Amino acid sequence: MKKPKLFMVIGSLLLLGLFVFPLWNITLEAPQYPIPLGMDIHINKFTDTHEFDIKNINLMNHYVGMKYIPETIPEFKIFPWAIGIMTGLGVLIGFFGNYKLFLGWFILMSLLGIAGMYDFYLWEYDYGHSLDPKAIMKFTNPDGSIMGFQPPLFGSKDILNFKAHSYPRLGAYLMFLGMLFTVIAYFLGKKEVTI
Amino acid sequence: MKTIFKFLFAITIVSLVFSSCGNEGSSKKGALSSSAAEKVYVAPGEHDEFYAFVSGGFSGQLAVYGLPSGRLFKVIPVFSVDAEKAYGFNEETKPMLNTSHGFIPWDDSHHPDISQTAGELDGRWVFINGNNTPRIAKIDLTTFETTEIIEVPNSAGNHSSSFVTENTEYVVAGTRFSIPYPQKDMPIDEYKGNFKGALTFISVDPEDGKMNIKFQLMMPGFNYDLSHPGRGDSHGWFFFTTYNTEEANSLLEVNASQNDKDFIAAINWKKIEEYVNNGGGTKAPANYAHNIYDEHTHSATSTMKKEVLIVNPADVPGAVYFMPTPKSPHGCDVDPSGEYIVGSGKLAAELTIHSFSKMIKAIDDKKFDGEAYGIPILQYEATLAGSVKQPGLGPLHTEFDGQGNAYTTFFISSEVVKWKLGTWEVIDRKPTYYSVGHLMVPGGNSRKPFGKYVLAMNKITKDRYLPTGPEVTQSAQLYDISGEKMELLLDFPTIGEPHYAAGIPAELLKANSKKFFKLDENKHEYATKSEAEAKVVRDGNEVHIYLTMIRSHFAPDNIEGVQVGDEVFFHVTNLEQDYDVPHGIAMIGAQTSEVLVMPGQTETFKWYPKQVGVWPFYCTDFCSALHQEMQGYIRVSPKGSDVPISYTLDGDAVDAE
Repeated sequence: MKKPKLFMVIGSLLLLGLFVFPLWNITLEAPQYPIPLGMDIHINKFTDTHEFDIKNINLMNHYVGMKYIPETIPEFKIFPWAIGIMTGLGVLIGFFGNYKLFLGWFILMSLLGIAGMYDFYLWEYDYGHSLDPKAIMKFTNPDGSIMGFQPPLFGSKDILNFKAHSYPRLGAYLMFLGMLFTVIAYFLGKKEVTI
Repeated sequence: MKTIFKFLFAITIVSLVFSSCGNEGSSKKGALSSSAAEKVYVAPGEHDEFYAFVSGGFSGQLAVYGLPSGRLFKVIPVFSVDAEKAYGFNEETKPMLNTSHGFIPWDDSHHPDISQTAGELDGRWVFINGNNTPRIAKIDLTTFETTEIIEVPNSAGNHSSSFVTENTEYVVAGTRFSIPYPQKDMPIDEYKGNFKGALTFISVDPEDGKMNIKFQLMMPGFNYDLSHPGRGDSHGWFFFTTYNTEEANSLLEVNASQNDKDFIAAINWKKIEEYVNNGGGTKAPANYAHNIYDEHTHSATSTMKKEVLIVNPADVPGAVYFMPTPKSPHGCDVDPSGEYIVGSGKLAAELTIHSFSKMIKAIDDKKFDGEAYGIPILQYEATLAGSVKQPGLGPLHTEFDGQGNAYTTFFISSEVVKWKLGTWEVIDRKPTYYSVGHLMVPGGNSRKPFGKYVLAMNKITKDRYLPTGPEVTQSAQLYDISGEKMELLLDFPTIGEPHYAAGIPAELLKANSKKFFKLDENKHEYATKSEAEAKVVRDGNEVHIYLTMIRSHFAPDNIEGVQVGDEVFFHVTNLEQDYDVPHGIAMIGAQTSEVLVMPGQTETFKWYPKQVGVWPFYCTDFCSALHQEMQGYIRVSPKGSDVPISYTLDGDAVDAE
């Protein structure tokens, strides 16, 4: 198989890592938690970093009136299909398409990724701001508005006594690598044609 | 006038010089003690190198300390009730203290010993003896809780206990006081020849550690003082010191000190085990309690056992011998190789060391010096390996460092003496403060001692600490034994009498320590695994409250329909599933302790409401920022009232059927 096709096919297949490895992780550190609390986000489920972490995150968060992390969310139905279809499409394009389609696949995947991140942001915003009016502890910002507890979209942030970390995990890294491969496939394909 | 000034000036200079000298002196001492301080300093957040399980003597408990810091981590209730942990107070643990004499809330805990595999510490369990109402307890080293207690029948003063064999095949319990066997109403002065001393071999299941009395060896009516197992070549034998071979029954301090030599009894338990496995021994009626705590039901059960297998030593020729040992020997300690058996004649001027290989040869060569009740007495010289001359006064106990050295305590001269195995020369001696009893080297009674520290446990402290009235603290002392000379590093206070201890490297235990109980695995009869299942049920005059706890509330927290004269059971489940989040509960007027419930656990206490009114209960362990809010009320109505049982949380009422 020619190099560009090989990169395109392998790049697409790397997305399948998301079915095995977590996409994202949120970890909460606090003095009372020498072993931090953590939650892995997969494309189809939330899992504990250590057994019962999600239960304990919920217990912590109820003091400030945050909702429990749901057992499941609608996205868990959509994401596996989206990833599955994009993988299939990528492989098909790899075998039968040309380099322009490689770029097309990459752009589509990037748009989906951005949409996914935006969706994640909306969920996080709602999670951090839809607080029970009967919350045990109410905090306000210096400007008098109600303090939210939204975890960072990417990076680390101090939230009261916790330090929250939000970073991609292996599944996401495999996806990024796969997308990089498709871009390489595009340039290699373009080079071949030019030559 | 001037001269007076000059004189005063001179005095001032001289005194300044002297005082600065003095300062220099004390600063030198300060430098020395700071090096000892460094050796015992465990920085905040750091862990100790060793666990020390120190018996609480007449407190009946077992305390867990860290070494070298001497910090107390936990007091494990074993033989005595403990209001802090509700041990012996809650319904779940009351059966642990059941005996043939009924519920006994106290005992005298003496000799902890850690389980072994192939002669080395394996860190699975600690065993400890109750002296007074003879019992052996087993503590699980994943939960650090007492999980089994077996009563020892036909025994009294369970002192030469609880020592384990090389693969924890047996934990052994010998009686200090001989008693009539079977027990009967008879004149005390007919002791001689009629009383018996039972040596009990309790098998330990290699899988779950379950204890079972395999046999009792019914020995002559001496006092069986201490014991240790053989190891290496001497594995299969057990050695017991005896005193009162005179068989006196009164004024023993005089009458039991008449014989020039008493005995170390050498028991070939492998031979007796074989005899028993082939149908030997006599099944005799007995009555003793066997109490087991189950980690999944979080409850103990007590079973009365009715039979025990008795072995008469005369029926198993070649299984029991006596080795004469001077002057009422106390400690009976076997070195890591299993060759030397150290007998500490507590009234003797020297330490006697027997050789196992010489003992075997003496048996083969029939070098006997008569017999006692049919048991051959070996010739003293034939088993003697050597003796440590003029070591000190009042030798008691010996432990080993694995480097060929032994350490013996001397009660009367109040010191620890280091001496060399084989040459029997004294290498070093250090005072103790004061009147040391046992000492402990971690693993010092195994094939593989960890010879870095020795812990001396003292009987008297006098002026060593701030005074606290007539009763002053008990104390242990830590010595560094890594060098040629011993160095005193630390005094630290202990609970009860620190009678004896067992130490183990922390690395062998800490990874196994359980963090919490899984709610899914909770098989308690009255467990409530979610708030939705919480309820209150009346059954005649019994009211069962199925209560849950999670930060920071009880469910339910308002209960009505209870009446004066009811018997109210609080079955309390901690729904937390996180490390170190216990909740406690106490009810006003309950004639019992609080209960302290670990995450995933259920515990039960009883309350007999006696007065009409509305009465609170609350969480006793500071569980969270809203711990103070963790409370509830129970409405108590007069007997026969028509207020129905109801229970709510935040106004959500669910009436009982």
